Amino acid sequence: MEVRVANVRKEFERFPALHDVSLDIKSGELIALLGPSGSGKTTLLRLIAGLERPTKGKIFFGEEDASQKSIQERNVGFVFQHYALFRHMTVADNIGFGLKVRHGPSRPSAQEIRRRASELLDLVQLSGLEKRYPAQLSGGQRQRVALARAMAIEPAVLLLDEPFGALDAQVRRELRRWLREIHDATGHTTVFVTHDQEEALELADRVVVMSQGSIEQIGTADEIYDTPNSPFVYGFIGESSALPVKVEDGQVWIADRPIGLPAPHAPRGEATLFFRPHDVDLVDECNGCIAGTVAASRRVAGTRRVELEIGGERQRIEIELPVDHPAAQKSRVAFRPRRWKLFPAA
Amino acid sequence: MTTAPAKAGWRFRQPSVIPGFGLTLGFSLAYLTLIILIPLSGLIWRSAALGWADFWAIATDRRTINALEISFGTAFIAAMVNVVFGTIVAWVLVRYSFPGRRIVDAMVDLPFALPTAVAGIALTTLYAPNGWLGSLLAPLGIKVAYTPLGIVIALIFIGLPFVVRTVQPIMEEIDKEVEEVAATLGANRFQTIARVLLPGLAPAIVTGFALAFARGVGEYGSVIFIAGNLPYKSEIAPLLIVIRLEEYNYAAATAIAAIMLALSFVMLLVINLVQTWSRKRYG
Amino acid sequence: MADPEIKSYAPHHESLSAAVTESRPAKAVLMIVSFAFLGIFLLLPLIVVFNEAFAKGLSAYTEALTNLDTRSAIHLTLLVAAISVPLNIVFGISAAWAIAKFEFKGKAFLTTLIDLPFSVSPVISGLVYVLLFGAQGLLGAWLKAHGIVILFAVPGIVLATIFVTFPFVARELIPLMQEQGNGDEEAALSLGANGWQAFWYVTLPNVKWGLLYGVLLCNARAMGEFGAVSVVSGHIRGLTNTMPLHVEILYNEYNAAAAFAVASLLAGLALVTLVLKTLLEMRYGAEIAATRGH
Repeated sequence: MEVRVANVRKEFERFPALHDVSLDIKSGELIALLGPSGSGKTTLLRLIAGLERPTKGKIFFGEEDASQKSIQERNVGFVFQHYALFRHMTVADNIGFGLKVRHGPSRPSAQEIRRRASELLDLVQLSGLEKRYPAQLSGGQRQRVALARAMAIEPAVLLLDEPFGALDAQVRRELRRWLREIHDATGHTTVFVTHDQEEALELADRVVVMSQGSIEQIGTADEIYDTPNSPFVYGFIGESSALPVKVEDGQVWIADRPIGLPAPHAPRGEATLFFRPHDVDLVDECNGCIAGTVAASRRVAGTRRVELEIGGERQRIEIELPVDHPAAQKSRVAFRPRRWKLFPAA
Repeated sequence: MTTAPAKAGWRFRQPSVIPGFGLTLGFSLAYLTLIILIPLSGLIWRSAALGWADFWAIATDRRTINALEISFGTAFIAAMVNVVFGTIVAWVLVRYSFPGRRIVDAMVDLPFALPTAVAGIALTTLYAPNGWLGSLLAPLGIKVAYTPLGIVIALIFIGLPFVVRTVQPIMEEIDKEVEEVAATLGANRFQTIARVLLPGLAPAIVTGFALAFARGVGEYGSVIFIAGNLPYKSEIAPLLIVIRLEEYNYAAATAIAAIMLALSFVMLLVINLVQTWSRKRYG
Repeated sequence: MADPEIKSYAPHHESLSAAVTESRPAKAVLMIVSFAFLGIFLLLPLIVVFNEAFAKGLSAYTEALTNLDTRSAIHLTLLVAAISVPLNIVFGISAAWAIAKFEFKGKAFLTTLIDLPFSVSPVISGLVYVLLFGAQGLLGAWLKAHGIVILFAVPGIVLATIFVTFPFVARELIPLMQEQGNGDEEAALSLGANGWQAFWYVTLPNVKWGLLYGVLLCNARAMGEFGAVSVVSGHIRGLTNTMPLHVEILYNEYNAAAAFAVASLLAGLALVTLVLKTLLEMRYGAEIAATRGH
């Protein structure tokens, strides 16, 4: 089902948690809400679920205005970070709960509920654990049960709040792949919240980057990573280096010399230059380049991370070199960013 | 004071650098021995000396049986009433905010703090035929004071905090996300409470019931004033013990006490089993 | 794995969304039921005590309280509390130290033993001393031969009071000290303090509010105990009558006003106890063990 968030604002006791947020989610899409704590991503998720009511704005499920519906009528599947399983119910009873509480003819027979529960358990690869209690399961298993429980009601949209946040790194990676497979198999429209960019970029069809109660950028992993549209996104997603620069005569300048980057359309004046540390070309002769003194050099996994001091201000930036690159031994290194972006200084 | 050789597989206590183990444990054990163990073993010795036939004769005496029935019966009813209202009171205190919540919360402990004799005469005055509540109930044909109903009233007073104070902390710990999940799955509020919250509270409620019940069975001070103390009708077991003592019939007093103690221990055992069981199962 | 996100959600959950609370009418019904129940069963009896105490005027009230027998009952109650409470404090601290600071065999049994008086009828608590020290008791003949009087005298009352009140301090301190662990004491010892210094300067300040809480409850029960004391006292007016026993005697003599006058003092003590208890919980809730009740 399509979900449309239209100009939603949410305040908690006068404190604004979301400012005028709009978001269109296509049917069957897997969307990540990514941002640091306090960015409003969980609030947005809870608003879609109906766990909170918007101060202003509307939320549509398809053509219907869902903001008018109670949470029970919305038919959303919600999965919490800490699972929120019913402790006193078996795994099968947990999964069947949403069907059991239905009224009238829409409630399946007890036998049918049991069949659905074990079907879903097969789907989440926990066959045979029907009779267990949540306390007898591992964290990863509990989260699988929580997901199965949410899917049992055939939700219009599946909402996951930091679904892997409480799990250790190994299980987390495993479940990530598994969630993608489940999504591809079932096709539920899915929104999940995370503060782990790797998780968001790897898993989601589109990523919604949020900061301070607003959406910064919406796009595919490639769009978000390759063409960040704000300093925040540049800084928040992936590694980045930033340098204060000046724009004059269609050129980027550091102090009194141009660094060989043409910027014909950028407005004149102070600006900040962003680039990825690994996305640089080393140059021998510095004729329009960035040059700096090597302040530190560290081996990081497959590459060498070199910290450079630039200019009189001794601004520090990082670039990445191949491990055996001779430049790492030198005291001065000159380079030019391959891909970069300018943002006017705030 | 040092521990046994390090080689030994069995040691009385784990090694520790903290001093004072011998002194504090020694003093505590001596105190407990003098205050409880010796007197209690006196009771057991007395019961044993009684002989099975005599014990049986006292235990099956009509008056004894009636007194035990009244004590256990009224305590059971009062504990049931407290389970219902105590759980509601705890819910209101935990979930709702209203002016004076702190004072209402403090008042729940009144039965712990108010001497039982004071509660006894106050309740009696309240429910006597000319009392504030008694005069309201009399025209309806309901007699409270000097009847078993009066005993129930006194035991409701005594037992209420046991239920509230056992259930309250567990209610405070309820994870709100569990309720939210139930709502997203389509459960209405009543279904959430009945199927999700109450089953989770059940072990605490059972424990609170057992504590209130155990206390009610042994209660003396608040009951004897309002009960009327008619043999076979409204005479509680603790009072019968006192009566037998005053008759210098130590044997009968001991036998009744032994029966009550045994039943109390069964209650304690049940509480422990319920708690172990629920901890094992639900973590 | 520290997750900074978890905490930041907290304020959101505080705001009760409509999904997880009752409808307004349901709330109102539950609150009315609660207040009515508490009002009838707790508040009314308390009001009755003071109402009856002053039913015959202030002069009758003061006369009832200044009566010689009443004064000796007050005196005896204070004496009994003054002996039994300090003894129970020493026991409570000592037992808590042994149980909370050390691991040893039989600890669970010891803890259970400490809880015992809560599950024994007060009448039985008194009875065991009668069986031990009474004329037909185990030690009765020996005591008589040596001219030692315990039963139907102050020592018996003190013993019975200790029996019913000794768990209060220990039960408060044990969970508190267990939660605080041995780290502070070990640090003090490593800095050269001896055991007493570690206790006096480190342990005691850490548990002082919990201790006070336990003492408060212990004292309330010690002054108000009825059943156990009733069995061992012998009800000798002016000699072995504590305040609760005196209330009973006055009431049974159809002197209700005087009975309620004395009762009002005990009710006042209960109210003071509740106020102090609430204040302690509000100010030092975190430093008081979570075991409320009893």
